[in-house]
Amino acid sequence: MLELRNVTKTVGAVEHIRDVSLTLQHGSLNVLLGPTLSGKTSLMRLMAGLDVPTSGSVWFDGHDVTGMPVQKRKIAMVYQQFINYPAMSVYENIASPLRVAGAEQGKIDSQVREAAALLKLTPYLDRTPLSLSGGQQQRTALARAIVKNASLVLLDEPLANLDYKLREELRAELPRIFAAAGTIFVYATTEPHEALLLGGNTATLSEGRITQFGPTIDVFRKPVDLVTARTFADPPLNTIVLAKKGADFLLEGGVKLPVPSELVGIADGNYTIGFQPHHLSLERPNASAVPVRAKVTITEITGSESFIHLDFADVRWVMLTHGIRDFETDEVVEVFIDPRHIIVFDEHGRAVTAPKLAA
Amino acid sequence: MARIDVNHVRHSYLPNPQKDADFALREVHHTFEDGGAYALLGPSGCGKTTLLNIISGLLHPSHGQLLFNGKDVTNLSTQERNIAQVFQFPVIYDTMTVYDNLAFPLRNRGVPEADVDRKVRETLEMIDLASWARKKARGLTADQKQKISLGRGLVRSDVNAILFDEPLTVIDPHMKWVLRSQLKQLHRRFGYTMVYVTHDQTEALTFADQVVVMYDGGIVQIGTPAELFERPRHTFVGYFIGSPGMNVMPVAIDGKTATLGSQRIELPGAPKASGAVELGIRPEYVRLGREGMAVSISKVEDLGRHKVVRAKLEGRDIAAVIGEDETVPAEPKVRFDPAGINIYADSWRVEMGA
Repeated sequence: MLELRNVTKTVGAVEHIRDVSLTLQHGSLNVLLGPTLSGKTSLMRLMAGLDVPTSGSVWFDGHDVTGMPVQKRKIAMVYQQFINYPAMSVYENIASPLRVAGAEQGKIDSQVREAAALLKLTPYLDRTPLSLSGGQQQRTALARAIVKNASLVLLDEPLANLDYKLREELRAELPRIFAAAGTIFVYATTEPHEALLLGGNTATLSEGRITQFGPTIDVFRKPVDLVTARTFADPPLNTIVLAKKGADFLLEGGVKLPVPSELVGIADGNYTIGFQPHHLSLERPNASAVPVRAKVTITEITGSESFIHLDFADVRWVMLTHGIRDFETDEVVEVFIDPRHIIVFDEHGRAVTAPKLAA
Repeated sequence: MARIDVNHVRHSYLPNPQKDADFALREVHHTFEDGGAYALLGPSGCGKTTLLNIISGLLHPSHGQLLFNGKDVTNLSTQERNIAQVFQFPVIYDTMTVYDNLAFPLRNRGVPEADVDRKVRETLEMIDLASWARKKARGLTADQKQKISLGRGLVRSDVNAILFDEPLTVIDPHMKWVLRSQLKQLHRRFGYTMVYVTHDQTEALTFADQVVVMYDGGIVQIGTPAELFERPRHTFVGYFIGSPGMNVMPVAIDGKTATLGSQRIELPGAPKASGAVELGIRPEYVRLGREGMAVSISKVEDLGRHKVVRAKLEGRDIAAVIGEDETVPAEPKVRFDPAGINIYADSWRVEMGA
């Protein structure tokens, strides 16, 4: 079990990590999700012992490992850039941590071959890394991390430099590999979609702070605050700032919308409501759906779906619909917000309701 | 802006190429229409960057000819071709202001300062950086820097085309949405000829009117996003576009019936197929329910806005997409929506026939 207790990291006058407490279990896959500079890499360096926290402590299986150098702990790291020994064969690259640990030849051979099979590298064991594709090079780095038998494996955007389809394939394999290994895996990414594909647990990061930690699908469906909801939305979360007064939602510019029955229970006051792009639709999804008129700025068609960018009052929304729906720029369309999927945030950005349909 | 004719262009990095495999780019013969938005999409090593570099003049093709508006430019340099380029990593001058970064290509060409000022201000408006004009580029975020790269392409009114090489790869997901839609708006408003290289299907499909799918040094299909989704010409296109890609399974065909193991699938027509015959169906067209062919479920991936169901049908892996609120029935079965069925012979699509 890896524990961070009130960890803070300050460099100069800049707080890179702000009071992070987090417990990760053995055999778990944990995603750190957040934009560039949100603190993902800083946090991983603290977990690894590459950096020492300014305050707070790091514990591993009940031992305080704060300040213990990375060499004294069983840690493997894989970075966005493929890092291998260019002069060694793929076999020797994978074997290197075992040789350093002084393992016997038979054990080295069986473990290298097992990891190579797992990562589909068996045909390339005699090649050198630079003669391989990017995906194969990164799989070599992953295989080395696996044979190291580390208790903590840190993956910092490991698929970011790979082709889209290769990423898709490796993402599907990684959770299976992780589950088999029984170690603590930490995986940093900027992409919400990648977190959902990996599953496991997700910690959302914003400005050096963990805003929420829990099973990935729960954090996605039931964000505790607006920052988390925004971090975990791709396409971006749609929002409206409004005031609830009795049976009405009052918007800027004098627009008045009826409060749907699902939301009549909340107190009068100022709120931000948020909803995902696929919960905005051209057809009325149910009786209490809220109709609004918005202006089309641009339509993007993927072949199976259309992303329709809309201006509503002074905010930009994205609507995701099935099939091909093309609109002229500046066309005004009537769209429906499904109230069963709305999340209401108070003036401090805290969620006061969860979406009704979330399982 | 220009129409670009790529006439029987091939390229090999070897001095004396003999066979197909010696060519990084096999025969490409295609016209990029004036004002069109094109994407070159494919995995690494497919030849897309080679083709882009041939259009830009960074690379001179070993065979064939390149025309801009009918004029042979095959042996002209990048500068003489007068094109703008946006690369994966923004190329800007950190010590200059945003304004001077945009003014640079114009001043370089001796444009009078009054015109420079007018064009730079116009461009700043277009890329939404007017309020940053006097700031040094050094302090900007990656997406702002990439906007400046783009602005430097847009600032010259005389460019023949704007070429993009993976311009959004280093941009955070949220900013990708913003930049992509701005790029598309600029294209709609000003009608630039744009060619955009990417390995990311979402970027390619949302940006381009026509997507050129490349594989192993050649073009396998050119089409609209809808054509590529509904009627992939080659099983590679079915696999590469879509997430997950198209399900492809070997079948035997007799008239209007396809046989898959012990299952019989009614087809919307009677395709004439010989050789290795396969049926392709995208996960979006596989209907999961209580009727049809029995499957065993391997895994359900909840991706938030929909779920991907991984199952075995006749011992083969098959993927189906279901809605976020749908569940898998107790004795799951699948049907194929006839609208989504394509038949392939030796990996190439054959017409469904009557």
